[in-house]
Amino acid sequence: MSEIKSSESYRKKAKAAAAKAAAFGEDIDLSTYLTSAEEQPYQSDPEQLPAQAREHMLEAGVVLDDTSQRSGTYIQMDNTPVHSSIRGDGVEVIPISQALKKYDWLSDYWWRAVAVDTDKYTANVELNRGDGYFIRALAGHKTIFPVQACLYLAKARLAQNVHNIVIAEEGSELDIITGCTTASREDPGLHMGVSEFYIKRGARVTFTMIHSWNPAVAVRPRTGIIVEEDGLFLSNYVLMKPIHSLQMYPSARCVGENATVRYNSILVAGKGSSLDVGSRVFLEAKGAKTEIISRAITTGGDIIARGFIDGGAPEVKGHLECRGLILNNGGMIHAIPELKGNLAGIDLSHEAAVGKIAEEEVEYLMARGLTRTEATATIVRGFLRVDIQGLPPTLGAEIDRTVEASEKEVM
Amino acid sequence: MLKIKQLAVAVGDKEILHDINMTIGTGETHVLFGPNGSGKTTLLTALMGFPKYRIVRGSITFQGKDITGLPLDERARLGIGMSFQRPPVVRGVKMSDMVAACLKGRGDAETVAKLAKRTDLEDFLDREINYGFSGGEIKRSEMMQLLAQKPKLALLDEPESGVDLENIVLIGELINELLEKHCPIPDRKCMGLIITHTGHILDYVNARTGYVMCDGRISCQGDPHEILQTIKEGGYGSCVNCLARRHLNV
Repeated sequence: MSEIKSSESYRKKAKAAAAKAAAFGEDIDLSTYLTSAEEQPYQSDPEQLPAQAREHMLEAGVVLDDTSQRSGTYIQMDNTPVHSSIRGDGVEVIPISQALKKYDWLSDYWWRAVAVDTDKYTANVELNRGDGYFIRALAGHKTIFPVQACLYLAKARLAQNVHNIVIAEEGSELDIITGCTTASREDPGLHMGVSEFYIKRGARVTFTMIHSWNPAVAVRPRTGIIVEEDGLFLSNYVLMKPIHSLQMYPSARCVGENATVRYNSILVAGKGSSLDVGSRVFLEAKGAKTEIISRAITTGGDIIARGFIDGGAPEVKGHLECRGLILNNGGMIHAIPELKGNLAGIDLSHEAAVGKIAEEEVEYLMARGLTRTEATATIVRGFLRVDIQGLPPTLGAEIDRTVEASEKEVM
Repeated sequence: MLKIKQLAVAVGDKEILHDINMTIGTGETHVLFGPNGSGKTTLLTALMGFPKYRIVRGSITFQGKDITGLPLDERARLGIGMSFQRPPVVRGVKMSDMVAACLKGRGDAETVAKLAKRTDLEDFLDREINYGFSGGEIKRSEMMQLLAQKPKLALLDEPESGVDLENIVLIGELINELLEKHCPIPDRKCMGLIITHTGHILDYVNARTGYVMCDGRISCQGDPHEILQTIKEGGYGSCVNCLARRHLNV
């Protein structure tokens, strides 16, 4: 990748943090993973990618057979970008390595929303640079179809390093679907993904991330979001497939007046899965708003569901809602909602509930003629249904499809 | 026909209902009066088949079939439906999904929309079932589900409680529709058993037979309007005394 301004200073900080354990989650020994993989060939036509890879990508919401419903596509296999393209004007989708060469000013965004020395995973991404996507919506441009990106782990035992930057210029609208998946259904691997989002004044970004890893993969995303005045960042995260270990705590800063951040997360942990997932929002400007909603189901795995809202400016408003459902004994859900405020007139609230399906609800549905299995499935489906405010209908349908496709495994 | 013979029902180790006998002919509507805590809801939930309500003696025969040991969902599929006085909130499950489930493929989205219009719940189809519903909305929602379910036996638990005067007229109309009151008596197929604490529902729905339940027993049976008049004049206390006299054979 090209050199960037202050590059030496970042490397220095990264080296100092190379062994720094994360604040949360299982500490991963990075030395047990490979640091490099063979370069993958570039495909100008994504339909030419191997059929099995396309099938796995589809399960993560990435459609390659017909990209007419997409504004752009980015595919990365291991640490190599193998495809990037756009349909139409107004949006850029290129590898971050290319973008850094193309735009000097991009250095100003590099490690601004996420600190390079956050922990060993951010440090590793800096020290062993792979690649990542650069997605930018030009000022005032409103994408009709979403941009899609896939981060694909092909090589067994690889530590995949990804650094993404998304910029929504003033008044733009951008929808992104990112699907993350693996070639193998059993080989171990490690995904470390840094994503920095910059939502300029009056811009709106919907970011939908669908994770479809395997039971041996560890995942450490590190995400930072900066939202300016009247900007909106809407995040939807779906994890319904088995995973070995996931720890992430994306952090958004509302720095402009009336900036808004909404997070919706759907988490399912089967036996052997350990999830430590949260969302954090700092309301730093007058009138900023946030809503954090998570739905967690354990069928035998462990979930720590965190949430944190810091109301540090006048007239800010935030709500945190965490609901957990324990379908099988042996699993654990630990909800940790946190609110912090030091000003009169702010409005922060939270609600959290963890439990099994209420027998009273199952019997109510059975009294309408549903069998116990049908009644339970209906309640679980309803539990996983998060009505996402502001989500384009096509994206909503995509999320519904992903959730429905995974329901059988949950049940 | 529904035939209840010498039915005794327990919750846990405690017997709540004793020696209940009742016969409802096809197309007939019966009402059950009784003070709070007398066992009226227990009878309805036991007839519906909720597992918490354990039948310890006696039998229930529905349409010629002994359903005493039949599970809740199988009774529902056989044609027994119930409107709940205080149904649970089911978060995430939308009203439209619930009504579609009740229809069991007998209708489509248009049918659901028509039922919503009929029950004045057009704005509720995307709402989570019973979440934030007022008393009247809950009753109309229960009626919408039953109209979709089209039961052969409708068990209605205090359909008028918590409903304002404007809504009670609509609830009455919906019950009459459910119980096929628009049809000539011989053509009616749906039976009804309505619990009423106050008897107000009788201003809107005609019933053939009334019962008074006190302390888990049926204390008397007869013309529902006459029974209501007696209750209005002497309160439920007169029924309790009457039952006591009959037990003591005095």
